[in-house]
Amino acid sequence: MPKEFKRGKLAPLPSNVLIPERDLDKSPILECRRLGIDFGGLRAVDDLDLTIGRTEIAGLIGPNGAGKTTVFNLLTKVYNPTRGSILLDGTDTAGKTTVQVNRMGIARTFQNIRLFHNQSVLDNVLIGLHNSMTCSLASSILRLPSYWKNEKIARERAMEYLSLFGLESHANELAGSLPYGAQRRLEIARALATNPSLLLLDEPAAGMNPSETAELMENIVRIRDTFQIAVLLIEHDMNLVMGICEGICVLNFGKVIAKGSPEQIRENPAVIEAYLGRKGVAEA
Amino acid sequence: MMNRNKNFGRNLLTFAVVIAAYAILQPMVLAGSVSATLKGMLVPICAYVAMALSLNLTVGVLGELSLGHAGFMSVGAFAGATTAIALQQAVASAPLRLAIALAVAAVFAALVGFLIGIPVLRLNGDYLAIVTLAFGEIIKSIFNNLYLGLDDRGFHVSLLEDRTGLAEEGRMIIAGPMGIGNIPKIASFTGGFILILLCLAVIFNLVNSRQGRAVMAIRDNRIAAESVGIPVTKYKMMAFVISAAMAGAAGALFSLNYSTVVANKFDFNTSILILVFVVFGGLGNMLGSVIAAAALTILPEALRSFSNYRMLIYAIVLILVMLATNNPTLKMLIGRTIPKRKGAAESA
Ligand SMILES: Nc1ncnc2c1ncn2[C@@H]1O[C@H](COP(=O)(O)OP(=O)(O)O)[C@@H](O)[C@H]1O
Ligand SMILES: [Mg+2]
Repeated sequence: MPKEFKRGKLAPLPSNVLIPERDLDKSPILECRRLGIDFGGLRAVDDLDLTIGRTEIAGLIGPNGAGKTTVFNLLTKVYNPTRGSILLDGTDTAGKTTVQVNRMGIARTFQNIRLFHNQSVLDNVLIGLHNSMTCSLASSILRLPSYWKNEKIARERAMEYLSLFGLESHANELAGSLPYGAQRRLEIARALATNPSLLLLDEPAAGMNPSETAELMENIVRIRDTFQIAVLLIEHDMNLVMGICEGICVLNFGKVIAKGSPEQIRENPAVIEAYLGRKGVAEA
Repeated sequence: MMNRNKNFGRNLLTFAVVIAAYAILQPMVLAGSVSATLKGMLVPICAYVAMALSLNLTVGVLGELSLGHAGFMSVGAFAGATTAIALQQAVASAPLRLAIALAVAAVFAALVGFLIGIPVLRLNGDYLAIVTLAFGEIIKSIFNNLYLGLDDRGFHVSLLEDRTGLAEEGRMIIAGPMGIGNIPKIASFTGGFILILLCLAVIFNLVNSRQGRAVMAIRDNRIAAESVGIPVTKYKMMAFVISAAMAGAAGALFSLNYSTVVANKFDFNTSILILVFVVFGGLGNMLGSVIAAAALTILPEALRSFSNYRMLIYAIVLILVMLATNNPTLKMLIGRTIPKRKGAAESA
């Protein structure tokens, strides 16, 4: 029997956008206004308004090529928006780089996994901890006490992140040698190590079997509860999306065709037409 | 276990090999039981080993192909020899003067590395290789046209022709295409040995640190590295400048082993020669670089009749490197045959 997760009820902000009720008293972590990007003549994303609550688990769904990954690339400044604005925790990210946006609190995983394959599992997370470590180049090369202290603390923290995903026994293996599902989990651990306030997951369950997916759902909810962060995830597995997402945004041809709770999305005729189909409705 | 690096064993082995080689050769040198040819080659071997380690930091650890590494060697050779000449009276102790000359050379080369790095590190792959190649040639041209004299009023510099206007008792140090003459031959095998140990320590400590992991993250997946907040240009620059500094020190050691040094010694062929050491030794494999540089420096002397083929081998290796950096299948193949610095089996 699939596990039931507690999902927050959506409630309107003064601006009428919906976020989970428990986040109403806190300012939203993300606000996109009329966001858009063109690739030549193609409007890959157009007129996207998206608001995410402080501790919300939100879903971004839609058919292949709808522009979901492009939204992540806009949020993380891999691409600069052609139109519109992105407010992260109230601060406009215009003119910021990928690196700066990460330091401001956005971390992500990739649809096509991007691990440091030739480095150990532990090193992958240590790289994620880069900006929370402080030792200087001189202390690293001269092996000053601050190096050892820094390194010890970082390794302990890295092991904690690995244990969140049951990867601690693989710490010394090469990241590239892990099975597919474990690589996806390691990517989340690495992203989490950068201490984000908004975690973007691009198809985290792709290639996972049902039991791995069930475990992933628990992990995502647990991460949100433990770290009190927001999660925005792209996923085609409707059990996962409908099971843990509180707010859902549906894209088609770069445009938002529906927004709302899983219950609302499931019954939305435009979504059924463009994406879910009859079968999808039956499943979900 | 926690504080030990996963490549602890291999690093230890590398140090052991270098120390053993010194421990065997140095008493033989002192006892006079090495041939004159080998004795004369000890310092150049040390310089080439340090060069190979330096280039391996750029190519193997940072993952950028530099074809102008002799340029940094050249900067170091000229800066080091100039320093040694200028301090001839002021510093009596030859080992101390050698140490100062190497340090000054490293600083100058690092500075040049930084300046070159600003435009070069924005480029990727083949473009970077081509620009570093041009850099090597430019450095050569500059030193071929540089005149530097020293008298009691200080240093005098001019370009293209000698307009230094030295005082009578002044000394011409760099004389354009004639290079530097009357260099005090203060380089020693022990000095070279210490330089190699220092290079190894710096590289190993860097690789197993926050900074080194950032450098390798950029090499392995630039987009992922940026996504976790690693500033790409800063860490590329860091590795490149450290590599340049090592090459500078190696160049100074090299020049202080001969009575004269000319800019043409540090040409494209020298850059490629060092790249050959690195590729033969294995990208990222420091022990391999040490052995390849030493063996391939001795070999042409040992087999003089074969030295004609050297250029042919360079050409083939260079083409293979180009292919390997562009061809995923070949890359994988090479990755499998060359011992990886991050071998899983090495976990200490
Ligand atoms: N860098 C790019 N240049 C040109 N077109 C792009 C680029 N990135 C994405 N696209 C196009 O934008 C559209 C949306 O792509 P994507 O965001 O990857 O879709 P999804 O993740 O929803 O499957 C596709 O038509 C894709 O071809
Ligand atoms: Mg996608």
